[in-house]
Amino acid sequence: MLDGDKILIEGRALIACPQCDMLHFEPDIPEDHTATCIRCGQVLAAPRTNAYLRVLSLATTAVILMVGAVFFPFIELEAAGLHNTTSVIDAILAFSTGLMLPLSFAVAMLIVLIPVTRFAAIIYTVWPLVRNRKPFAGASEAFRLAEFLRPWSMAEIFIVGVSVALVKVAGLATVSFGPAFWAFAGLVVVTVLQDNSMCRYTIWKSLEQNRA
Amino acid sequence: MPVHDMEISGTEPRLSTARAQGLIACQRCGLVHPAGTEHCSRCGGPVRSRDPHSLQRVWAWLFAGIVVYIPANIYPMLRTATLLDKEESTIVGGAIELFHHGSYMVATVVFVASILIPIGKFIAIAYLALGVRKAVVMNAHQRHKLFEVVEFIGRWSMIDVFVVAILSALVQLGSVAIINPGIAAVSFALSVAFTMLSAQSLDPRLIWDADEEFK
Ligand SMILES: [Zn+2]
Ligand SMILES: [Zn+2]
Repeated sequence: MLDGDKILIEGRALIACPQCDMLHFEPDIPEDHTATCIRCGQVLAAPRTNAYLRVLSLATTAVILMVGAVFFPFIELEAAGLHNTTSVIDAILAFSTGLMLPLSFAVAMLIVLIPVTRFAAIIYTVWPLVRNRKPFAGASEAFRLAEFLRPWSMAEIFIVGVSVALVKVAGLATVSFGPAFWAFAGLVVVTVLQDNSMCRYTIWKSLEQNRA
Repeated sequence: MPVHDMEISGTEPRLSTARAQGLIACQRCGLVHPAGTEHCSRCGGPVRSRDPHSLQRVWAWLFAGIVVYIPANIYPMLRTATLLDKEESTIVGGAIELFHHGSYMVATVVFVASILIPIGKFIAIAYLALGVRKAVVMNAHQRHKLFEVVEFIGRWSMIDVFVVAILSALVQLGSVAIINPGIAAVSFALSVAFTMLSAQSLDPRLIWDADEEFK
């Protein structure tokens, strides 16, 4: 049976597992329960209580932390009376000479611009949903963008990179962390928390329902 | 039409895929559409049953990733100048040096992230792409797990590029020590990006299409 361009069986819509294409009835699962694919085990839906509010506040926190992380000094280094402080911008500009200039741009994208764009897109999508309002114009496009950018958002990898770099220079100089390091570390924790409380399926469903 | 209902447990599952029923599923939001649909009515993105060029793109990006991985290992990643000497170290050289300094943990991290993971990924993606066309040792469940691991872990290889960026920015101590990035950082970053694109081009549904158990 067809309803618009939706397939309905016994009055219920069908969804398919994105990983293995297995058909399921559209799950109507209670909050804090998880629906998984019967064939491959992929999580299909995992709505959480107050998820939108949590996602919204975590994404906002992440943007604020990112501003701090970019502009404050990151690590300080001292050796033989010489002193050097480094900010995230300095790390980005490390490749700014000659042939490596495009790499500077790529690093800026991966650790700052893409994460910020992604958080902004998520805030834009979820903002009206928190109050159960009609989504903003282009909310679907914004959330598709956020999903597309997910693998390219690498702030957490950068933080682990800092630790490796520190061990490499440990013998050479005295190193101490600046405020930006802690901002970045906080950003990583917030990102993980946010990704865990965000159920993509529920967001798509809410966007569809609130649009009407 | 056979469909599995996940709310009613105990009833015998009647299994089928969207493709087997001539339907098209959206991979972002899951909604199923009739044949011929081009855009999802829920999320607005493009939908297709299977991308006929998926494997072609997987192989093309994989090949590109392997090609640029070669200069990444030949040319220096870091150029260090101290009071006493000047040296250039490659990826492998850097890991060995760390090992000699007794930083076993970090040496292992670098070795795993920039050598084991990239090469393991090349092999895993090639194996998954081959498995779509012909029978291989691993079953669909195992190949699906392998694919998830490749997707999860692939991004972490970028760590080496960040380490080079941080070291080069940090260690600018005039005559005492200066570290500058080497050209290998560029080809290594490209290799990681190309390999990520290769894995993203693989439609995971293709892994399951050939699943004999299920038919
Ligand atoms: Zn599945
Ligand atoms: Zn969709």
